[in-house]
Amino acid sequence: MNTEVLARIQFAFTVSFHYIYPPLSIGLGLVLVVMEGLYLRTRKKIYEDMTRFWIKIFALIFGIGVATGIVMEFEFGTNWATYSKYVGDIFGSALAAEGIFAFALESGFLGVLLFGWHRVSPPVHFFSTVMVWIGSMFSAVWIVVANSWQQTPAGYHIVGEGTQARAEITDFWAMVFNPSSVDRLLHVWVGAFLAGAFLVLSVNAWYILKKRHLEIALPSFKIALTIAAFASITQLFLGHRSADGVAHNQPIKLAALEGHYDSLAVADLYLLGWVDQNNRTTSGIKIPGGLTFMLHQDFKTPVPGLNSFPRNDQPKQINAIFQFYHIMISIGMALIFLSWLAMWLWWRGKLFDQRWLLQIFVWAVALPQIANQTGWFAAEMGRQPWVVYGLLRTSDAFSRTVTANQILFSLILFTVVYLVLLILFLYLLTKKIQHGPEQHVEESDAEIQSKRQLPNRK
Amino acid sequence: MFLGIDYATWWFLVFGAVISGYAILDGFDLGAGALHLFLKKEESRRIALNAIGPIWDGNEVWLVIGGGALFAGFPVAYAAIFSAFYVPFMIFIVGLIYRAVAIEFRSKEPGKIWRASWDFIYFFSCTIVTLSLGLMLGNVALGIPLDANHEFAGNWLDFFNPFSILVAVTTLALFMMHGAIFLTMKTENRLFVKLTILAKNFTIFFVLAFTLTTLYTLLYIPHLSDRIRSNPVFFLLPVVLVLAVANIPRQLNKGAWRWAFASSSITIATLLLMVAVEVFPYLVYSPINPENSITIANAASSPKTMGLLLRIALIGTPLVGMYTAFVFWTFKGKVKLDEMSY
Ligand code: HDD
Ligand code: HEM
Ligand code: HEM
Repeated sequence: MNTEVLARIQFAFTVSFHYIYPPLSIGLGLVLVVMEGLYLRTRKKIYEDMTRFWIKIFALIFGIGVATGIVMEFEFGTNWATYSKYVGDIFGSALAAEGIFAFALESGFLGVLLFGWHRVSPPVHFFSTVMVWIGSMFSAVWIVVANSWQQTPAGYHIVGEGTQARAEITDFWAMVFNPSSVDRLLHVWVGAFLAGAFLVLSVNAWYILKKRHLEIALPSFKIALTIAAFASITQLFLGHRSADGVAHNQPIKLAALEGHYDSLAVADLYLLGWVDQNNRTTSGIKIPGGLTFMLHQDFKTPVPGLNSFPRNDQPKQINAIFQFYHIMISIGMALIFLSWLAMWLWWRGKLFDQRWLLQIFVWAVALPQIANQTGWFAAEMGRQPWVVYGLLRTSDAFSRTVTANQILFSLILFTVVYLVLLILFLYLLTKKIQHGPEQHVEESDAEIQSKRQLPNRK
Repeated sequence: MFLGIDYATWWFLVFGAVISGYAILDGFDLGAGALHLFLKKEESRRIALNAIGPIWDGNEVWLVIGGGALFAGFPVAYAAIFSAFYVPFMIFIVGLIYRAVAIEFRSKEPGKIWRASWDFIYFFSCTIVTLSLGLMLGNVALGIPLDANHEFAGNWLDFFNPFSILVAVTTLALFMMHGAIFLTMKTENRLFVKLTILAKNFTIFFVLAFTLTTLYTLLYIPHLSDRIRSNPVFFLLPVVLVLAVANIPRQLNKGAWRWAFASSSITIATLLLMVAVEVFPYLVYSPINPENSITIANAASSPKTMGLLLRIALIGTPLVGMYTAFVFWTFKGKVKLDEMSY
């Protein structure tokens, strides 16, 4: 395999692994803010117990998020040296802002969130929780802005030529608010809320099925369900907006997402399908004219297909892009259905009678994760063959001086390291979940004091 | 231009400050980790872990900011350095990953073997991280061969040269000294006494390693001290360094561990400043063909970006300072274990 392909596999693998955790941190952060907010208002023990339980799980997830994130920060330099020089002027400021405004905020207050329960007053602790959550939301801002810039560049000009060419900022705010950043940021945020909410739903559904910790599990389930219901329906609109934006800014990508080959024809919308890349056709269950309707609110306007564009400006794996995109959308629909069905049952007062539904919720934790991953895969693969859309090709962007063997070495290294991490993570997570929240630790201050003198207590 | 100094130089100073901040802050975390196995009792190890528990993550962010600062201000240098140091850097990163998860995972199981394994992994990863950091610093000071595109033109096995290895060992000694001093601030009773002794021993270890490195530099790589030797103003730096190091055992004997910690922080900052003085205005010097070197001028981003970055730094630094202070203040004093501890 050549350096380019290896560098891409390695980057995709490490960033995808990283992206398991940030959405959970952002989503759980929101859940924690709600739970602890309820505790502050009502001072009810159950809210304290659930908050403290989820803080522990949050710590585990956050730890791995940080550890794997550091890799990403430097991988632009290690794998994509040419790209780094090309975009440094623009991309770097976003990354620097991310470090100073977002990561510093969240990891600073994280200490108080995790260890400060007895050291600061409840309002100060709540403030720290909010800060950690805001920090994690901000980290999404800058990185998504940076990524959106490479999807839809704006506010720059090119200086130099050939291998020395690079983009320089002309207008910072135009760079930040490039045509796709707002839509994509909102879509990523809400995707993260779904990931967090469904984790909480899954764990509590399991407790309810096992009839454990019911005083805590029932209200926790309802909190998370409310978040999930509103997030899932919002995501449909945000996804639609993203698709609109893609149609406008990256018509080739849109054609790839829908497997739409015919140049200038009314375009269909597929629910399920298969792209025959050799014959350049797509078949499946479709709404004829659906895509045209989505974009233009009529059934007549043609949409440019892949055949209207030069071959070497098109991504190669149309079928994969198509499938990833449709998996995400199907999951989006499933999440809406699932959470609103549960809302409806809740309203009817029958939510917790349906064992089968709870069973589905136990497993549904995987769905937002899959949607988040496939969403990125569709967006990033659909951008090919460009690293910076229309400006810099992926084949020109990698580090010339790094050999294929070096990348292979790091790929194997990270595969092993991450596999171990994943296994340990899942093991500890299940253990924590099985252990469950500490309930009704009605402690007086004196008791807490005496515990502090007993260092060996686990 | 700002105050008669151009933006690129300002940003070089900011970058240097961030890296020094990282070395001082994460330096004691890494040092504490590297001496983890010197603490034998379970309780001592837990106290040491909880001493850095709430703050190490915030300290590591300085590395992230430093990476961003280099990427943003000097993209050419960012590209050259990280692709050149591909292998050592990947090892450095894997070390950081394991440091992070070892802290998090260790306390999650009571089993003896589980804890002993994580203790070892923790110690080992902190040591590796520190050594590779020193190795890379040594090579940057020495210079690495570059081609006309400012990309690496050498063999990565050459990174393991005597000078850089000496720098790596010195860095390890320095961080262990710094970490031990930090822990003395956080501990009491017998553990405290033990750490005071360790702190003194690591100070001796550091002085030896540093003397050796200096001698080697003066004998074999004289150009690395050109600027300091030719300019009396810079003579201040080694003087400050010697005073700071000498002050450490003195303060430890007096029990003034905060001052000892301040001294070792000054030691770290001065050492980095000396490196900066020697390499300036180069970011990456190319010894075989100096015309390919990366300087702060030819690596700099556009003036517009530089101005922007300086504004970001101006707004961001006080904010970071504020919440760092808040967190350090919340966890000030000796470590007390409670049910939220590791
Ligand atoms: C949707 C948001 C999002 C996205 C797209 C990414 N990350 Fe991330 N990242 C986060 C959201 C996040 C986070 C939620 O903020 C994390 C998880 C845990 C944490 O500390 O922050 C994080 C951690 C994290 C850290 C560690 C920060 C620390 O020490 O506290 C770094 C260096 C990066 N990320 C860098 C990246 C890079 C270079 C990415 C692009 C490929 C990337 N992340 C994608
Ligand atoms: C965190 C979630 C992300 C995931 C899961 C993801 C996924 C991917 C995948 C699958 C590829 C390989 C595409 C291919 O080779 O066909 C890729 C490449 C790439 N992505 Fe992303 N990406 C993410 C975020 C980002 C962000 C936030 C950025 C930049 C700000 C980014 C920049 C890049 C670059 C530079 C490449 C390599 C060059 C390329 O193949 O285009 N990615 N990513
Ligand atoms: C419900 C219908 C949905 C639609 C119509 C939709 C639409 C889209 C589109 C068009 C993109 C590509 C944007 C671009 O390339 O610029 C995208 C990306 C993405 N989607 Fe969705 N999406 C939906 C549901 C979901 C769900 C449920 C999740 C996660 C839980 C999700 C997560 C993502 C992510 C993480 C990305 C990559 C980041 C980005 O490019 O914005 N999507 N989506």
